[in-house]
Amino acid sequence: MGKFDGVTPEAVAGHGLTEEEYQRILSLLGREPNFTELGIFSVMWSEHCSYKNSRKILKRLPTEGEGILVKAGEENAGALDIGDGLALVFKIESHNHPSAVEPFQGAATGVGGILRDIFTMGARPVLLMDSLRFGPLESAESRRHFKGVVAGIAHYGNCMGVPTVGGEVYFDEAYEGNPLVNALCLGIVRKGEMALAKASGVGNKVYYVGSATGRDGLGGASFASRELTEESEEDRPAVQVGDPFMEKLLLEACLELAKTDALVAMQDMGAAGLTCSTCETAARGNTGIAIDVAKVPRRETGMIPYEVMLSESQERMLVIAKKGKEKIVEDIFAKWDLHAVPIGEVDSGHLMKVYDEGKLVAEISAKALADEAPLYTREEERPAYLDETGKLDLGKIPVPENFTDTLKRLLDEPSIASKEWVWRQYDHMVRTDTVFLPGHDAALIRIKGTRKAIAVSTDSNGLYCYLDPYEGGKIAVAEAARNVAVTGARPLGLTNCLNFGNPMKPDIFWQFHQCVQGMSEAARRFKTPVTGGNVSFYNESPRGAIYPTPTIGMVGILDDLENRIPSFFQKEGDLIFLLGDTRNEIGGSAYLALIHGLKQGLPPRCDLEKEAGLHSFFQEAAPARILRSAHDLSEGGLAVALAECSFGGKKIGARISNVELMNGRIRLDALLFGETQSRVLISGDPKHKEAVIRLAQDYGISIYQIGRVGGRRLVIEDLIELEVDEALTIWKNAIPRRLGGQGV
Amino acid sequence: MFKAKINVTLKESVLDPQGKTILNALGTLGINGVKDVRVGKYFVLNLDTSNRAQAEEHVRKICDKLLVNPVIEKYELISLEGEGR
Amino acid sequence: MKAAVVVFPGSNCDEDCFHALRDVAGAEVRYFWHKEKNLPKCDLLVLPGGFSYGDYLRTGAIARFAPAMEAVARHAREGRPVIGICNGFQILLEAGLLPGAMLRNQSLSFICDHVFLRTETAKSPFTNRLEKGRVLGLPIAHGEGNYFCSPDTLRRLQDEDRIAFRYSSTDGRLGDEFNPNGSVDHIAGILNEGRNVLGLMPHPERAGESVLGSEDGKKIWESLMA
Repeated sequence: MGKFDGVTPEAVAGHGLTEEEYQRILSLLGREPNFTELGIFSVMWSEHCSYKNSRKILKRLPTEGEGILVKAGEENAGALDIGDGLALVFKIESHNHPSAVEPFQGAATGVGGILRDIFTMGARPVLLMDSLRFGPLESAESRRHFKGVVAGIAHYGNCMGVPTVGGEVYFDEAYEGNPLVNALCLGIVRKGEMALAKASGVGNKVYYVGSATGRDGLGGASFASRELTEESEEDRPAVQVGDPFMEKLLLEACLELAKTDALVAMQDMGAAGLTCSTCETAARGNTGIAIDVAKVPRRETGMIPYEVMLSESQERMLVIAKKGKEKIVEDIFAKWDLHAVPIGEVDSGHLMKVYDEGKLVAEISAKALADEAPLYTREEERPAYLDETGKLDLGKIPVPENFTDTLKRLLDEPSIASKEWVWRQYDHMVRTDTVFLPGHDAALIRIKGTRKAIAVSTDSNGLYCYLDPYEGGKIAVAEAARNVAVTGARPLGLTNCLNFGNPMKPDIFWQFHQCVQGMSEAARRFKTPVTGGNVSFYNESPRGAIYPTPTIGMVGILDDLENRIPSFFQKEGDLIFLLGDTRNEIGGSAYLALIHGLKQGLPPRCDLEKEAGLHSFFQEAAPARILRSAHDLSEGGLAVALAECSFGGKKIGARISNVELMNGRIRLDALLFGETQSRVLISGDPKHKEAVIRLAQDYGISIYQIGRVGGRRLVIEDLIELEVDEALTIWKNAIPRRLGGQGV
Repeated sequence: MFKAKINVTLKESVLDPQGKTILNALGTLGINGVKDVRVGKYFVLNLDTSNRAQAEEHVRKICDKLLVNPVIEKYELISLEGEGR
Repeated sequence: MKAAVVVFPGSNCDEDCFHALRDVAGAEVRYFWHKEKNLPKCDLLVLPGGFSYGDYLRTGAIARFAPAMEAVARHAREGRPVIGICNGFQILLEAGLLPGAMLRNQSLSFICDHVFLRTETAKSPFTNRLEKGRVLGLPIAHGEGNYFCSPDTLRRLQDEDRIAFRYSSTDGRLGDEFNPNGSVDHIAGILNEGRNVLGLMPHPERAGESVLGSEDGKKIWESLMA
């Protein structure tokens, strides 16, 4: 039996449990756990499942608000009411560690996992997005990560028939060896048909459906809660292999089942597999649950109960059927060539009982596992590096002599350049609802049968968060909301994926706390509650911790699709305006990092009142139909935004002639490439000029008429001048050329 | 029981883009002396029969009917091992 | 027009085809489940895109054994129109209802993009509302759309005017730079001998509404309804 003999202090430590945690287990059980029970506790009390290190801080995030149907943490994903009898169910989740070890399968199963979170609730997934971070493409390892992750996302999402409509990709040394793969899924469900993961009705049968259980991903949840070391490379068995075809069958069968009255509860087996799905459904329903692992379909022989309970094989669901209606459940799965196997039933009391051929092998209070993990307040300390990075003497930064060259270098920077190489591999048009193709500020999806459309954006600037976690957290929310708002949509709520280093390190925990604080403040101001998400700690490689990267997925609603505002220039002769003032801010900018090699200074400050005013402006401008395009200014500032407005649409050029209007004695590099927040480049028909200006003034927003759309050149008078085609070629080829042609 | 091992490859006349890419990659890695690369699929079938001739006939049928698309692919039964006549 | 959309396990453009036929083309549509054998009389059969059976062995290789395929073959034999789009095209090839086979895209990557097609013949129930040379803008989304056939087959397709569409530039020029997947002779769609079965890699059902960026796909439905 070897290591499965029993519970030794080594076994406790080997499961990542501390001495105090073990004492807590002893007092909850009133006895010593056996090996299976120890394994069950270890995965349920891992950071991944219990949020033991983060929960106290996460409580600061606003979770209440108008239209909230399912609050954060209550179910597998949050839900928002959007009228017309419909609800949106959405969530973002990380799959960073598996993707570092095996990029293709790690990313693929990340997509599979987030899809299950959504259809578990009876919602039809309608879009996927991915927020990705890699090391620079100059490194062979980063190229391998990048190509593998993109191919893995394409493999899974395309097969499922759910369009991957956007997201973001950034490259920075900080992510070398520890890429971030954050996948977002959004689904739509009729309000009355939402399925819950709450067990009830003693004697109701518990079914297991989907792929057979193997040893894959054994202990994956505890794996995700450890720092990556050289040995993780050898840790291959901890990576699961995905089967999107099986998931597609599960999706259709589960949605069909959710429409019947035979379903009591449904929960996918994600992290911590069978363990998590059984004890969480029981804990939510305040009831007990009993299963027999001998009945669980298996792919491998000789598996012991410990392995069956902890396996993270993909594409598996737990379904609880209403007594007397089991046949309906079995028939639906059979229709989809799936076999629903009864493995247990809802039990009285509050215990999760696990049998192996009738012999009791584990017996633990479901609530103890799901809700009573210890909660920690970790030590925090402001990191010492901030003293250094905070110093930025603008006087010592030379202003470039040739701004056209500077712009070309920025357009060639992979983080700024076209991501066409990525999204051409994703089926972004299936379902025939994709109105804005990838590359827009936000994805826009119509809802058939209504006039409405959903806008979604993912955002986070890791460098900002590294230099000032509080402001960075605030900006992540503000920028995501702005990207949604500029389409004309009203931001409704957000999901977040908080990627950080080791929380046991006081400086990392300080970053985490500050980021959440900043996010929280912004989310409150925009009335966009947090509906869920996940926390991914231990994102460290031997080179150190990643930048703190709180990825925000903001969701908004556009009441009338016809009022949508595209991101890019549409028509020759349209006037160009800049909304918002430009300040002398180059700290933390892509310009400073790329051109001057400095990741320093303080990121721009975000004034939440101004930002909120800007969002209101667009909500009024959209139905008034006075704008032809609106594009948010972010990395690379005005010059890059101007180029993108040209590239993304009809490749029309533009001439900016009134820079002095917005200049007001700031450095020219800050004017052209600075990243001052709350600014948007808009264009519109000259006949709406007065209306646009008046509306901006009504909301107290500075507005500058700076130029006109037209021609084949990008011109910022006296400063920048180049052919659209030349700029476009640089921007489009930046990523493919670093991958060596096709990049296969 | 017989164990059949089968290789399925693209016909020589059909361009194999995967093989070509691997060949190019070898060049970039500085590994020379490889003239051509062809990529295929490898199948292992465990057959419940004790008759060798029957096993082979069965395998050929499986290949013709399902495993191989004769428009672009060909197959090779590389081994048929087991107990029986 | 009465139409039926065949649903295989793993089909994922079935709802899109249903929507395009009912809400855009105004046809009467029903689904035809892969386990069904009896197809009620209908004018058009659609084999939609997707990843039938996960496309695990070869694209379309397993779907061709579905019970519904007998009805598809019968419908085709009777001379009534069948259109296979993307994975549907691959299934028709595997089933022998169209000649040739699909290889992986030359780039080896899945490609989703808007491309342009030149109409090569107006002589079919799918193209009679188009004229030869007319260019359509349609999306593609596939990993294996690299059409291949023997030189003899290709000559027959050419001689018998059975190449329905070729990939082209916006103004109808042919060239490798406009061929997204490496297809032989830039082929995007072909007809059977009876001209009532069309296999098409691009997705007309994704281009029927201006909000989606192109309405060119409607021409195919209009032809079928004419």
